[in-house]
Amino acid sequence: MTSIDVSTNYLGLQLKNPLVASASPLSKSVDLVRRLEDAGASAIVMYSLFEEQITHESLELDYFLHRGTEVFSEALSYFPDLDHYNMGTEPYLDHVRAVKQAVNIPVIGSLNGISTGGWIEYASRIEQAGADALELNIYALPTDPNLTGAELEEEYVKLVRDVRATVKIPIALKLSPFFTSIPNMAKRFVEAGANGLVLFNRFYQPDFDLDALEVVPNLELSTSSELRLPLRWIAILYGQVVTDFALTSGVHTVLDVVKAMMAGASVAMMTSELLEHGIGRLTAILANLREWMVEHEYDSIATMKGSMSQRAVAEPAAFERANYMKALSSFDRYLSAQAF
Amino acid sequence: MQRTWVTIDGNEAVATIAHALSEVIAIYPITPSTTMGELSDAWSAEGRTNLWGTVPHVIEMQSEAGAAGAIHGSLQTGALATTFTASQGLLLMIPNMYKIAGELTPTVFHVAARSLATQGLSIFGDHSDVMAIRATGYAMLASNSVLEAQDLALIAHASTLKSRVPFLHFFDGFRTSHEIDKIEQLTREDIRAMIDDSLVQAHRQRALSPDHPFIRGTSQNPDVYFQSRETVNRFYVACPTIVQEAMDTFASLVGRQYHLFDYVGAPDAERVIVVMGSGAETVESTVKYLNARGEKVGVIKVRLFRPFSVEHFLQAIPKTVKVIAILDRTKEPGSTGEPLHLDVVEAVSEATTKGIAFSARIIGGRYGLGSKEFTPGMTKAIFDEMSKAEPHNHFTIGIHDDVTHTSLAFDPTFSIESKDLVQCVFWGLGSDGTVGANKNSIKIIGEETDNYAQGYFVYDSKKSGSVTISHLRFGPQLISAPYLIGENQADFVACHQFTLIERFDVLKYAKPGSVFLLDSIYGLETVWEHLPQEVQQAVTDKQLRMFVINAHQVANSVGLKGRINSIMQTCFFAISTILPREEAIAQIKQSIKKTYGKRGEAVVQKNFQAVDETLAHLHEVQVPVEAAIPALVGAETKASQRHSPVPMMLLQRRPPVADLAPEFVRNVLGKMIAGEGDALPVSALPCDGTYPSGTAQWEKRNIALEIPVWDPDICIQCGKCVMVCPHSVIRMKVYDPAELNHAPETFPSTDAHFREFPGMKYTLQVSPEDCTGCSLCVEACPAKDKRQVGHKAINMAPQPPILEREKVSWDFFLSLPDMDAANLNLGAIKNSQLLTPLFEFSGACAGCGETPYIKLATQLFGDRMIVANATGCSSIYGGNLPTTPWSVNREGNGPAWSNSLFEDNAEFGLGMRVTLDKQQEYATELLSHCTDILGEELVNAILRTDQSTQAGINAQRERVALLKQRLQNLSSTEEAASQGGRVHNLLSLADALVRKSVWIIGGDGWAYDIGYGGLDHVLASGRNVNVLVLDTEVYSNTGGQASKATPRAAVAKFAARGKATRKKNLGLLAMSYGNVYVASVAMGANDLQTLRAFLEAEAYDGPSLIIAYCTCIAHGFEMSKGLEQEKLAVQTGHWPLYRYDPNLLEEDKNPFILDSKAPSIPLEQYAYNETRYRMLLQSNEERAKALMKQAQEDVHERWQLYQHMSAPLHHESEK
Repeated sequence: MTSIDVSTNYLGLQLKNPLVASASPLSKSVDLVRRLEDAGASAIVMYSLFEEQITHESLELDYFLHRGTEVFSEALSYFPDLDHYNMGTEPYLDHVRAVKQAVNIPVIGSLNGISTGGWIEYASRIEQAGADALELNIYALPTDPNLTGAELEEEYVKLVRDVRATVKIPIALKLSPFFTSIPNMAKRFVEAGANGLVLFNRFYQPDFDLDALEVVPNLELSTSSELRLPLRWIAILYGQVVTDFALTSGVHTVLDVVKAMMAGASVAMMTSELLEHGIGRLTAILANLREWMVEHEYDSIATMKGSMSQRAVAEPAAFERANYMKALSSFDRYLSAQAF
Repeated sequence: MQRTWVTIDGNEAVATIAHALSEVIAIYPITPSTTMGELSDAWSAEGRTNLWGTVPHVIEMQSEAGAAGAIHGSLQTGALATTFTASQGLLLMIPNMYKIAGELTPTVFHVAARSLATQGLSIFGDHSDVMAIRATGYAMLASNSVLEAQDLALIAHASTLKSRVPFLHFFDGFRTSHEIDKIEQLTREDIRAMIDDSLVQAHRQRALSPDHPFIRGTSQNPDVYFQSRETVNRFYVACPTIVQEAMDTFASLVGRQYHLFDYVGAPDAERVIVVMGSGAETVESTVKYLNARGEKVGVIKVRLFRPFSVEHFLQAIPKTVKVIAILDRTKEPGSTGEPLHLDVVEAVSEATTKGIAFSARIIGGRYGLGSKEFTPGMTKAIFDEMSKAEPHNHFTIGIHDDVTHTSLAFDPTFSIESKDLVQCVFWGLGSDGTVGANKNSIKIIGEETDNYAQGYFVYDSKKSGSVTISHLRFGPQLISAPYLIGENQADFVACHQFTLIERFDVLKYAKPGSVFLLDSIYGLETVWEHLPQEVQQAVTDKQLRMFVINAHQVANSVGLKGRINSIMQTCFFAISTILPREEAIAQIKQSIKKTYGKRGEAVVQKNFQAVDETLAHLHEVQVPVEAAIPALVGAETKASQRHSPVPMMLLQRRPPVADLAPEFVRNVLGKMIAGEGDALPVSALPCDGTYPSGTAQWEKRNIALEIPVWDPDICIQCGKCVMVCPHSVIRMKVYDPAELNHAPETFPSTDAHFREFPGMKYTLQVSPEDCTGCSLCVEACPAKDKRQVGHKAINMAPQPPILEREKVSWDFFLSLPDMDAANLNLGAIKNSQLLTPLFEFSGACAGCGETPYIKLATQLFGDRMIVANATGCSSIYGGNLPTTPWSVNREGNGPAWSNSLFEDNAEFGLGMRVTLDKQQEYATELLSHCTDILGEELVNAILRTDQSTQAGINAQRERVALLKQRLQNLSSTEEAASQGGRVHNLLSLADALVRKSVWIIGGDGWAYDIGYGGLDHVLASGRNVNVLVLDTEVYSNTGGQASKATPRAAVAKFAARGKATRKKNLGLLAMSYGNVYVASVAMGANDLQTLRAFLEAEAYDGPSLIIAYCTCIAHGFEMSKGLEQEKLAVQTGHWPLYRYDPNLLEEDKNPFILDSKAPSIPLEQYAYNETRYRMLLQSNEERAKALMKQAQEDVHERWQLYQHMSAPLHHESEK
């Protein structure tokens, strides 16, 4: 059998293959991370350190430990104030350290901040904890009609610049698909110092409970159909914006991985498939990848990388509006077929 | 080793020594000693070792009796063992104390001395408890201050080992146990040097062991018991010398010399007071003051009260003494004198026998019961009395006894404080962090400056909206002032809540020229005009410097809603300049870091921000020099007060109760509400602890910032909001439309949607001044506006703009006729909630999960309830003066309530039942005997009545009224005389013929732990009692200690590492009797099942047990989500709902009905909403996960069992 090179390079990290476990609860257990490595993951993105959550937990603990104290002479407090609480970043950082010790694959920290100070400080702490790279998860949902897109974009860019100035490890930026001009933003982020872009962040949209007339959280795992959005944008950006791309959302099969690579991604990130069908899927997909490459005579990931990006395809317009028209007409055909 | 100065309270000072010198510590919570147990438990949990390098085992017991038993066992097997207790807890230890002493076993019990429950319970300090054990054979050593409590704790431990006499070391509850002082802390080396290890080994050698077996504790007959009892004498003879030697050794090590009796004063004193406890400090300070002014006075501070060494006492007292006054902080009714008094009389008598000439006159008096203030002014009054030719014996001081005229008059303005002492008073609301900040300030001053410092804190009797007053002193001299800062004595008065100046005379403490700091919602320009006249008057009369800050605004702006502690603390330091401003701020920040650091950086940063923001918002008010203050009603206007340049408002301080209130409420309770209860004379107070019902309605506390407002258009009249309201402030009525003829214009009304009441009107009304703003009603409301789902039929709205309107509506609402239960289908929630609650406006926490159950019982059965209430939260919000929530209906019927003790409540209630049954039986017998004179028809009607329904009860009540009338008419006739007293007897017992409902109410601490033995017996008795267990799964009233109801994986005090064992299944135990009605309910999860259980339990002719899930502040979640949390408790299977009705057995049915569905969500989803579970996750994740896994298994196993139990009986399924 011909030697197949499935290695790839992402954020300057030499990875043995393009299958990366994206940020998920799986990384909360050292044991599971070990299993991810054993199953073939080439790198792991840690679950996110949420600044908001840390602040919230801390304030909440303080609130409940304080409430009702020094009010009534028989009950000057209601809880033992313990010696130590695993508050703040320490538990996360300890976990990063433990994961780093447990596995040989690169460990990518993930950070979701809310304040400038928080982003910089926590980024630096994650670096010190030994993370090989850092993924910044800029999830801000603008609800204020007075906040312009330009202002928000500038905040994001400044944030990347600030973090870049603080840490030495590579930074990847996990993007939202809702920018008016994704290419422009991608370019500005890279100029601000991002070493890679992760497309896209999946937002959990709340649902309505019509019996209780309440807004309820809703968590749904991704499906392969969600692959298309990042696939399209990586294909468009590849070559135009010189950086590494990671495709996340909708990677479930070997074909999804191959598509990601052909669009121009350096790595394909997975979570839903592993949560749904087990960590062993990594091994299977990796084996399938090799088989597919043999079957289709690709000797390396490098060969296929970007081979179907907008710049590489014969019809670049396929990625643009014309593609939309084409999709619509195919939909029409589907409807017509149903009519018969 | 260098000793350090620490600023700690008495409890911590003592616990530090006790923990260091113990191997086994058995604990049980009781105020004010609980902290010692909590600290010991926490220290052992942290791995703090004792003097010998090993961590003491701390074990919580089910009661103080249990703790004493455990200590006895530990001691007998050779451990160094100790315990902490107070009051009734100490009484429960007495049997074991006799044993421990009789067996000459070294141990020290540390007691924060507290009053005993007599005409009323008191959690406060005096020596009633310790005096009750003086015959046990324990040596009794008294400490007078925080420093002494530390020192004498060590001396007690050292002395007990050498003397083999067990010691009771005591210090005044609250006054010393809770006073914070700067003291020099003993080192481990000091402790080491005081303890002789050979004595420890000797103690072990005397222990029971199968390796050198013997028996101890024989049963002795008349031939030897007496002689055996006398064998211990030599140990008691030797004991005083041993203690003095220990005191001498201590002095050589530490430099502080104590004596068995310490004399302080003029060497040639003619008047000497003998006293022990913190009062001795007050007398000593006053003696020094008077000595400096040439008075020949002195004080003997009694330290070793038992064994009382006459020899040492006589050595201590100056021979020049002419009058001795002995002060006892206890009362022994009927005695010739209180204990210390009699001991001194005997000592002097013995002196005379031995030829030591004493011509002193001896008098005795009582002071300071229940933490009544004891001041230099009172001491001076006693010395003055002693100067009289015929001084009053058996006097009291500190009260006004206008009945038996025992009290001495005193000058309340007499002050001995030195000029360099700074005194500060802070008024705050419980929730705002004022006390915490002041404790912090005292630590900073004590530990970061050369000043001595003292802090003492006065709390409220209510748990919601409560007021705190902090008394802080500091200065370069040692502070010996165990009394509050007096009127006109404070250099600094701060009021941390603007509303308090409208209710209390906050400036009474301020001395002329002092500083007044006010947290004000009004700014610099407008604050003056919003001050009540009394405050304006005080500020100008006393020429106070006044500062304002809108601390709440600052707190809110940095995200510390309502937490103004750091802000006001910064103001205090900035104004007082005790420390240079920069240094003060640095210290405050350091202490913030220390206090909050472990809770996370965000908390620290927010507090830092608050400190940084403060100074820019602190302003000095330019008090108008020639302010014209309108005359107060009845007061003269001073000429200098005219022509104000500042607009004046005619605001006045609010009266404590309305003028309409009954006289007793106005003149007695009103004074207590206003904080002037100390001035009430003896004659004003009931002589037997009896108080009128329904007084809470008069105390309008007005504490809610937001109150619920009704939207009649959306309301579906379901009654759920009424049912869940913990304070009975939301009510609903259905009434005749004609009633509205006199309604105020703004009174809301709508058509009633009740099938039984066509054409009637309906109103849902809130009492705006009684609401605590918990918003549970809004959570309960199922009706949502279809156009705006956030808007319900009841919504919270700011209170001030609608206060007057709602007050008028509430008053009118109350005037509408009440609904008669006889006309209602009580099985439906909406109907049941038309009934008037007879439990209202309690002082329970806002959102309390207990009170809705009590209220429901009063709605359904209030007219015939007798309540035995265990000590605990429910006895405090149910019976703590000044005002109480148990109320009466329009006919004058209502729950009769009493609290006996913590441990005996079931038996107390059973006693009530037995009496009622006996009285009913006797009345029936009498009735049968009197048929001829009362008329057969009436007698038969009464005897054959069916009182299973409210209509039946009402009819019987009418018949009994008729009966009483006939008996009354007959009472002085010859016919009556011919009955030989039967008529009079029947008249006095006739009410027993109307059905009564006995309710035994208490918390889980009572039912699962201390009272379980009694409860078990009562349930087994078969008698018709209704037991309501308000299960918060923790000792709520004493601050969250674990009980056997505490679930696995939850953190509580005494279970700081998370409770490792599963919750006791009280219901299952009760069901095992087969004839006990048992229900497990959670109102928030299933209100109808709760209602059904209450109705069935009361109807059941036998013992009933309702175990009610109660959310509690000690669970650590948002109380406004209490109903949701109760629902989750049920959905996760943590709290299955069921009813076990023995009546069903008679119908050949399975008596066990499972009312909830199989657990549908993981336990975690309920548990981790609460701090009690979450904090374990945050501190020890691994253990938390392991315990949670087991707790989940508990749920599963219990459900399996219940499912099995609820399966149809074999013949049922065949059917």
